[in-house]
Amino acid sequence: MTAIETVVDRSVTEALETMMLIRTFEEKSAALRAANLSPNMCTSVGQEASAAGVIKNLREDDLILTNHRSAGHLLARGAEPGRIFAEIMGKSTGYCKGKSGSLHISVKELGVVLTSTIVGGELSLAPGVGLSLSMSKSDAIAVVFFGDGAATEGIFHESLNLAAVWNLPVLYVCENNQWQAYVHRKETMLADHVSEFARAYGVPSKTVDGNDVEVVLDAARNAVDYVRTMRKPYLLETYTYRVRGHMEPDDQAYVDKEELASWKRRDPISLIQSRLQRDGELTQDEIDVMWQRVQQRVEDAAQFALDSPYPGFDEMTTDVYA
Amino acid sequence: MEWCAPPARLWGMGGAPEARTTPSRENEMSEKSYRDAIRDAMMEEMDRDANVLIMGEDIGVYEGTFRITAGMLKKYGPKRVLDTPIAEAGMVGTAVGMAMLGLRPIVEMMTMNFAIVAADQILNHAAKVRYFSGGQVDVPMVVRGPQGAGVQLSAQHSQSFESFYAHFPGIHVVAPATPADAKGLLKTAIRGNDPVIFLESAALYGMKGEVPDDPNFTVPFGQSRVAREGKDVTIVSFSRMLQLSLAVAAKLASDEGIECEVIDLRTLRPLDMDPVYASVTKTHRAVVVQEQWKPFGVAAEIAANITETVFDELDAPVARVTGEDVPMPYARNLELLATPHEPEIERAVRKVLYKT
Repeated sequence: MTAIETVVDRSVTEALETMMLIRTFEEKSAALRAANLSPNMCTSVGQEASAAGVIKNLREDDLILTNHRSAGHLLARGAEPGRIFAEIMGKSTGYCKGKSGSLHISVKELGVVLTSTIVGGELSLAPGVGLSLSMSKSDAIAVVFFGDGAATEGIFHESLNLAAVWNLPVLYVCENNQWQAYVHRKETMLADHVSEFARAYGVPSKTVDGNDVEVVLDAARNAVDYVRTMRKPYLLETYTYRVRGHMEPDDQAYVDKEELASWKRRDPISLIQSRLQRDGELTQDEIDVMWQRVQQRVEDAAQFALDSPYPGFDEMTTDVYA
Repeated sequence: MEWCAPPARLWGMGGAPEARTTPSRENEMSEKSYRDAIRDAMMEEMDRDANVLIMGEDIGVYEGTFRITAGMLKKYGPKRVLDTPIAEAGMVGTAVGMAMLGLRPIVEMMTMNFAIVAADQILNHAAKVRYFSGGQVDVPMVVRGPQGAGVQLSAQHSQSFESFYAHFPGIHVVAPATPADAKGLLKTAIRGNDPVIFLESAALYGMKGEVPDDPNFTVPFGQSRVAREGKDVTIVSFSRMLQLSLAVAAKLASDEGIECEVIDLRTLRPLDMDPVYASVTKTHRAVVVQEQWKPFGVAAEIAANITETVFDELDAPVARVTGEDVPMPYARNLELLATPHEPEIERAVRKVLYKT
């Protein structure tokens, strides 16, 4: 085995552990909600390969914008799960002192500019983040994560057009998870691929299997390289599926059971686990150790959040104005 | 806490260098139009701080529909004077993103009516980012442009937005009535670290007045001003209606000896009521004048504050002079009828004096 292959293998294994962390975090979050220990939130179960595969290709000085389904992006970016749980619970130890919840998390030191819960809000700010970077000496890039639902917002088109005409270093990552809240994507747009819109604005784009983390890692590496070196936008569509409901709790009565079952058979974590086992890269024991590690980390994180205090009453009126 | 990426700097993009030293012209004044005062404020701040830039529709090559940005593209170049597509939500969103990263964008709206298209960016993002980021991220930006009634611009181009924006915490709302205030308040807006809605009166663009030359001249937010002293009735107003109120006060004083005290609010958020309370304590009567519609407007807010705080001082109910509660008519005679003028203010003053 050559040295280069070893590096690649490690990045896939690291991506797998990130995916395990996201899955465990999201399922714990849903469990806490079900036990009335945490408020409503939106999970990204089933979409872990997209978050892990794209963000693994970023540098520390790159900036990201995300949306209401953000925990995966934050965790892949290196956020502390305990501080995300705390933010979701509205505790003072959260990243925004309990003032944002899961809905609006910004983390300055991690380069998380904004989590927008207005669908498409992240897209409207992305050209400005790109413009700021293009005006600086840095070759950092901005990455904006949005869903197929946001692609039906007018602001998606304004954002893409601005990034194109101003040559902005913005990587648009559309996580096409087939659901716009409680309505199937096929009810809301005729195009099957959001990447088709990009071409009309002169922005190169690609649709890839968003459930195969090796495919995402590879496509994102090319996309990131393009944006970083060309200082131009690119749209990467990760075609995937939202396995849990729009917002916890959700009985998913509106979901076609056969469709859900067929996507569950393509679970992104099982897919890469069995491939790495088949290729002799990981043993079952090693996989078990990875799961135990993330489970312990998530349990500790949840406990940290549960034990954390709520913000003091004086926090109500702070931070409104500078 | 700093962003992991180096903060943006508009290095080497034309204009004068940062921290330019300017000879003090502390006591000198020049006669300037409201339009030129706004342009001077922006250019002085662009000279002072390389992170200030302006963007909008037709502001570069065409130099602005109202000629506010005349000469700016030539001086600062296309990286600091950005012509945008007709995409208000996109341009304001872009400005929010830039401001969050440390730049100081000014967005010129061709008219403030078009800013409604970007209401999500202003109200859901700019106004709230600081709060829900737990104070991590400031949004230093200005959205400015003309508003109010013109001449046969019809219902979509004649609106006033002060109460619309002032309702929302997290933004400042400014509405200058004079060239000096236009300059001084805009400089404060650009230097500040919060989003500002800067409402200009299109009808005042040509108005001239004395403006301090000192590049360090600013007017702080939240300081209402006694524009004319008087003892009989307090008239509270702002922007163009302030000028009408002053004209009425002058006429009533010379014709009938009625002395109106006229207060210019200057900023609606923050709102400085203390000079109003002091004045009402002296006159015991108040009239509030605004161009916008009556329901839920600034006048209602002022009247409610007066009632809550100095109710016992009042000798008459607070009177409101407002625009007619209809979409602005197009026909010139109806447009004039729908907009407040001097006779309505005069009638309101007589009403609170029980001199009908």
